[in-house]
Amino acid sequence: MLKKTFEGFVDYIQVLDEFGTVDKSLLPEDVTDSMILEMYKSMSKARALDAKALSLQRQGRIFTYPPLLGEEASQVGSAMAFRRGDIIVPNYRQHAVFMLRGLPLDRWFVSLRGFEDGAAINGAKDTPVSVPIGTHLPHAVGLAYAEKYKKSGNVVVSYIGDGGTSEGDFYEALNFAGVFKVPLVIIIVNNQWAISVPRRRQSAAQTLAQKAFAAGLKGVQVDGNDVVGMYKVVKDALSAAANNEPTVIECITYRLSMHTTADDPTKYRTDGEVKEWEAKEPLIRVRRYLTSRNLWDDSKEKDMQEEFKKEIDEALAKAEAFKPDPKSIFEHIYSFMPEVLKEEQDAAIAAGFWLDTSSHE
Amino acid sequence: MQMNMVAAINNALSQCMEESDRVVLLGEDIGKDGGVFRVTDGLQAKFGENRVIDTPLAESSILGMSIGMALGGLRPVPEIQFAGFMFLGFSQLINHAARYRSRTRSTKPVPMVVRTPVSGGVRTLEHHSDSPEAYYSHIGGLVVVEPSNPYDAKGLLIKSLHMEDPILFLEPTKIYRLFKQDVPDEMYEVPIGKASKVSDGAQLSVITYGTMVPLVKSVVQKKGVSADILDLRTINPLDESAILETARKTGRVLIVHEAELSFGVGAEVAARIAEKAMYDLSAPIMRVASPSLPYPFPGYEQYYVPNELKISQAIDKLLSA
Ligand SMILES: Cc1ncc(C[n+]2csc(CCOP(=O)(O)OP(=O)(O)O)c2C)c(N)n1
Ligand SMILES: [Mg+2]
Repeated sequence: MLKKTFEGFVDYIQVLDEFGTVDKSLLPEDVTDSMILEMYKSMSKARALDAKALSLQRQGRIFTYPPLLGEEASQVGSAMAFRRGDIIVPNYRQHAVFMLRGLPLDRWFVSLRGFEDGAAINGAKDTPVSVPIGTHLPHAVGLAYAEKYKKSGNVVVSYIGDGGTSEGDFYEALNFAGVFKVPLVIIIVNNQWAISVPRRRQSAAQTLAQKAFAAGLKGVQVDGNDVVGMYKVVKDALSAAANNEPTVIECITYRLSMHTTADDPTKYRTDGEVKEWEAKEPLIRVRRYLTSRNLWDDSKEKDMQEEFKKEIDEALAKAEAFKPDPKSIFEHIYSFMPEVLKEEQDAAIAAGFWLDTSSHE
Repeated sequence: MQMNMVAAINNALSQCMEESDRVVLLGEDIGKDGGVFRVTDGLQAKFGENRVIDTPLAESSILGMSIGMALGGLRPVPEIQFAGFMFLGFSQLINHAARYRSRTRSTKPVPMVVRTPVSGGVRTLEHHSDSPEAYYSHIGGLVVVEPSNPYDAKGLLIKSLHMEDPILFLEPTKIYRLFKQDVPDEMYEVPIGKASKVSDGAQLSVITYGTMVPLVKSVVQKKGVSADILDLRTINPLDESAILETARKTGRVLIVHEAELSFGVGAEVAARIAEKAMYDLSAPIMRVASPSLPYPFPGYEQYYVPNELKISQAIDKLLSA
């Protein structure tokens, strides 16, 4: 006997193309011009923040920074689709998601300046940046299980890179999500590179979305530079997830900048490739669309940028005024203070180690 | 009621699950099967499949999912079927469970109790007999507990489930059904971070924990020596005061554990005594442990794990020093 036991396909969705043209058949009903304008402003703000962070790193005012340039649409489009109560489990590059989730900018800067205090937000359900690639996905599954257990109706959304899809925890998490049917959406941000390793070296699979099938989940691709398409796909996935059908979304985008401020992309990729993707970057098409609808012009752009600058500078000033308390690093390890740890803390304070910063200057 | 350690742990889990519906168990074969050691026997029938969860076979996600559950307000008790397989989820413990509290300055603690059987002496397959407590005790932020008897097992587990920390709860397989003890029916707590004085003596101090506690007790009894026996119960954080107190009292210290000698818990205990009670000692600190090599196949086990003779000779040497 011979029979087919599985057949699958991956949809690819684009609503707003590179030229600013909308595919009306796919446009969600709730997407109005004013929402697109909102999206544009958020993407622009993310880009302004990103540029600021890069320059601050170069001045030694923040530590290593992973830029988001080119990935504004996947972040803003998805974040605008979240519903109140949804929980986000991000990776380290989702700055615009943090911003739209209401993380105060000064806290974001405090984190980048190297202090855990930036992530200390009472009551926040979103998780902070997780650095070990892919390891946060099982957390997302557990959080989703908890929401289902509590019958809250909330959905968990997690982000991972193309490189991250090669990690064991990625596969395990998808597998668990399928078995437990948890309210979860996994967004693969396929920005074509994992530091110096190109997408094709991560997997011979034709799409990353199809990895969902092995775990019994739905998989879909979307133009990750199309903020409206992103919004649509995430919104649909959230509805499915609320019915305990997890989805994997692969958004196709491009990391236009360096991996982090410690990286030099000219070592592994060509200018030509970058130029090609620059033409498809997410802001141009939205500006084209808004201009064609007479909703945007240079003077509005100028005013907006000035506003951003003011807000960002204020937040930064606040962050730079933050005074860390060195001895506090001992105080957030256990729910109790072990005698042996207290002794180490007391010894450090008594010896005045805090006062000696010479080796760091 | 008279209970062995398996029954005491089962009883503690059941009572904690009755006490709070936030307590959920998850792991391989823990539901219908009741766990390969039957520690969770009957709990799924009592509390349902959503609270006693048979998971797919993947340790990293059992631990990772538990972290997420804890962040989401549940109190997960993941079981890793054998400690030798927990390394597949090591990163979840060291990178996340232990660090979430500091990463978020206590705004997101991860209360979870990871249960796993440890140590040998019961002639199992390779990887089913390891004593990995030292690896985990090196991780700040993770609490490591190892009871040596049914009474402590129940009280320590209940205490662990009442805490806001990630706790590794090591269960010596050899002791699971070794003996019964009177265990109170009601809920009670045994403190974390406090060693227990198993016997009081004057000639020497034996500092030990886990599988070695019953063995040390019987050797000391047989030899008729007068020994302080300290059962650490919590390995991290160490009960340094109790360690120093007994060391100062007898001046002769023997540390006994089943895990490999080199870089083991004994080294940490010895270092602390050397730093703070050196001049109270009448003899060099001694250690008895398994040799510094991987746990052998069951045929060689008896030549590997510390036995009566090895401990007895060490005591003689210490007393004559
Ligand atoms: C487990 C682990 N291995 C290696 C690294 C080092 N590292 C940081 S980012 C990165 C590449 C990740 O690429 P991708 O998942 O595509 O995300 P992107 O950076 O492109 O957003 C690597 C290898 C890490 N942080 N964690
Ligand atoms: Mg990438």
